[in-house]
Amino acid sequence: MSARDAAIAVNRFGLGARPGDIEAAARDPHAWLADQMDPSAIAGPSPGPTAQEGLAYLQTEYPRFRAQIERTGADPDAIQRQVRELLREPRLAHIAWRTGIAVTTPHGFAERWVRFWSNHFSVASNTLPMAVIAPTLEAEAIRPKAYGPFADLLRAAELHPAMLIYLDQAVSLGPNSMAGRFLDRGLNENLAREILELHTLGVAGGYGQGDVEALARILTGWTVGSRRLRSDPDDYGRALFDVRLQEPGTHTLLGQRFAGEGPQRAGEALDFLATRPRTARFLSEKLARHFLCDDPAARDIAHIEAAWMGSGGDLAAVARAVITAPSAFDAALRKFKTPEDFLISSLRAVGAPAPNPRQLYAGYVALGQAPFSAPSPAGWPDHAEAWASPDAVLKRLDFASALAGRAGRNARPRERALEVLGAGLTDATAQAVARAETPEQGLTLLLMSPEFQRR
Amino acid sequence: MTDMSTTRRRLLVSGLAGAGLVLPGAAAAFAQAPRAAGRKLVVIVLRGALDGLAALAPVGERRYGALRGDLALEGGLPAPGPFVFHPALETLAGLFASGEALAVHAIATDYRARSHFDGQDRLEAATPAIRDGWMNRALALMGPDAPGAVGVGQSMPLLLRGSAPASTWAPAVLPGADDDTISRLMDLYASDPMLGPALARALETDAIASAMTSGSSMGGPGARGAGPQAYALIAQAAGNLLTAPGGPDAAVISFDGWDTHVRQGAREGQLANRLAGLDAAIAALRQQLSQVWDRSAILVVTEFGRTVRLNGAGGTDHGTGGAAFLIGGAVRGGRMIGDWPGLDRLYEDRDLYPANDLRSLFKAVLAEHWGLDPAGLARRVFPDSGAVPPFEGLIV
Repeated sequence: MSARDAAIAVNRFGLGARPGDIEAAARDPHAWLADQMDPSAIAGPSPGPTAQEGLAYLQTEYPRFRAQIERTGADPDAIQRQVRELLREPRLAHIAWRTGIAVTTPHGFAERWVRFWSNHFSVASNTLPMAVIAPTLEAEAIRPKAYGPFADLLRAAELHPAMLIYLDQAVSLGPNSMAGRFLDRGLNENLAREILELHTLGVAGGYGQGDVEALARILTGWTVGSRRLRSDPDDYGRALFDVRLQEPGTHTLLGQRFAGEGPQRAGEALDFLATRPRTARFLSEKLARHFLCDDPAARDIAHIEAAWMGSGGDLAAVARAVITAPSAFDAALRKFKTPEDFLISSLRAVGAPAPNPRQLYAGYVALGQAPFSAPSPAGWPDHAEAWASPDAVLKRLDFASALAGRAGRNARPRERALEVLGAGLTDATAQAVARAETPEQGLTLLLMSPEFQRR
Repeated sequence: MTDMSTTRRRLLVSGLAGAGLVLPGAAAAFAQAPRAAGRKLVVIVLRGALDGLAALAPVGERRYGALRGDLALEGGLPAPGPFVFHPALETLAGLFASGEALAVHAIATDYRARSHFDGQDRLEAATPAIRDGWMNRALALMGPDAPGAVGVGQSMPLLLRGSAPASTWAPAVLPGADDDTISRLMDLYASDPMLGPALARALETDAIASAMTSGSSMGGPGARGAGPQAYALIAQAAGNLLTAPGGPDAAVISFDGWDTHVRQGAREGQLANRLAGLDAAIAALRQQLSQVWDRSAILVVTEFGRTVRLNGAGGTDHGTGGAAFLIGGAVRGGRMIGDWPGLDRLYEDRDLYPANDLRSLFKAVLAEHWGLDPAGLARRVFPDSGAVPPFEGLIV
């Protein structure tokens, strides 16, 4: 069964086969996957600007530039547009870099693993500062921590500048803090609520409004260095703890008391949440849904959950549990690819050079899933209904057709079908590809085939 | 990769006249070709295997009606002997009548299996090896004085691949998936409870939307994709390119959509629509090349023919002997050339007998139109073809 398992390893758990991948995995598909559960399999670091560099630029150069425009009387709208474009460049470059990794990496599972957590801790480019820094959370927090203890990943993600800004923690302050007593502002619960609802316990995780408020108080003090805070310019754009914003006192979260002044209080609370059984349960189900089935089986969830609890949330052990779950190698393809999965696996299958960053971004947008622009902090949906709308299928067809056109008459779709689907290739698809009247048409049918659309 | 459903229509509406070269250096490269002396050669490859018996129908053959059944033509445009041109080929028939087009029936490559890909490779490479194309080898034979050549499309056709320089040109915006691909995909999705209904609903919506936006013949079934209308626009663009100052003398155009396994149609239907598109492309070339028409030759070829009898789905399956056309002011036309095997004896009891070799046609065009030495053609352009003599007297 290793031919079948190889196709599953590469296509279900990886980013899709490039020609040769299934053959390489066939020697031992399970070892091929297990070998990727190591930090060395994760690509990085990103070549783009860091969150701190981006934010520092916005704090210093950008206002200076604007002031200059006002002095010279240039058309402010035109210049403003130019500057906005300029600020979006790093995001395009980052997306192109990240796509390039996905299209060429031999470690498809490791990259999928990073992307799962990046979507779990979703931040989006919904404002100008976020456009600059949204991609940096994945690069700076997720990639380095993706195979460590979940508690480390949780801390890194929640206390990253992109998260602190995206979910308004940067502007939250304790009502009884030093700053709160002078300012007419106070707590912002946004990050605290999403940590509980989306990042750890889950919406049915057994917490109440009191816990949300307690966590919001516990988190106060954590912010992002800025001119407004009169931070040291060296700290502009850095996640930092400012005791002047911290709500004093002892706060009770899920029956546990968190006291003391200083940055460690929030960290302790995050560690506490990271190790709750509810968190293990919620994330095990989410992992099973992402990798195995829209409605995962209880025994698959239980398998992952047991590994989570047994290892204290060691993410390498959890990843191994995902690929050893009871239905991990079932032949039935139960997951419909997201547009991003489809785009990347298509580029891998075709072996075409990646399009330039703008074309690539336009491709993601046309397919309905531009990176770092999920519609809510919940991230992108992970079930077929969200992605298989009629128009979305037609958009995929247009994409496949355009990509096949680029691949051209040299595409050799019959050989390619076997190379990228392996034992998963059905007779119906093999026949449709073989009967196509042009190589481009054959390649289009391969990319649109029911088994290529799923994993 | 933008929203193709709108851009494709814009392409169709606005035409390709304004579309520039994809490769900025191409025009300059073509300017280096003095020897061509402006003798234009266009090869139109009909991919998917044209049913030659529909395009040039032997209605006067004894067994024609019985063999063709529902696909049998009634009426048609004048052609010699037992033949008529399909009514959709008005321009072609007109050029034939005025002595500017000729036809060869029952013609094939030496490939006898029935795979499109392999068949097209053999058509373009003209050898079992598929390293390069015969047109490129012909250009290579002409050395540094070879005329410029361009493939119309995003990828270089095999015909032009090889050591001699050639370029590609494509409209700035490519049309999305064509109707034929969509209908094949519908077949593939027939038993998929999610993707099948989704695609069907999307096509309904798309047809309605396109009917609303264009308000014309673009609406309704077949609204999507590079249909026959697009053929003329692509041919027009190729014609512009060929007559531009410093433009190439050789062009290869590909038209897809000839694989009519289902509901092929006779006077009307999907094949008639394709033929109308081909005819419009010929008309567009005739017009765009008018200044150089007396030095122009257009080859229309396909990878193989189709079965003589119709199949169970009102279509025809992959066959052997097909039809080819040579059109242009440089062509000594108004006649059919080659042998006609008739319909009494079929190849493997299903296909039109391949009585003529496409290499005879290619050799004749290269020798007479471009002045290539027959010995060189037999040795370097069409290796191992000593037993395949060129046709003679095809070019004025």
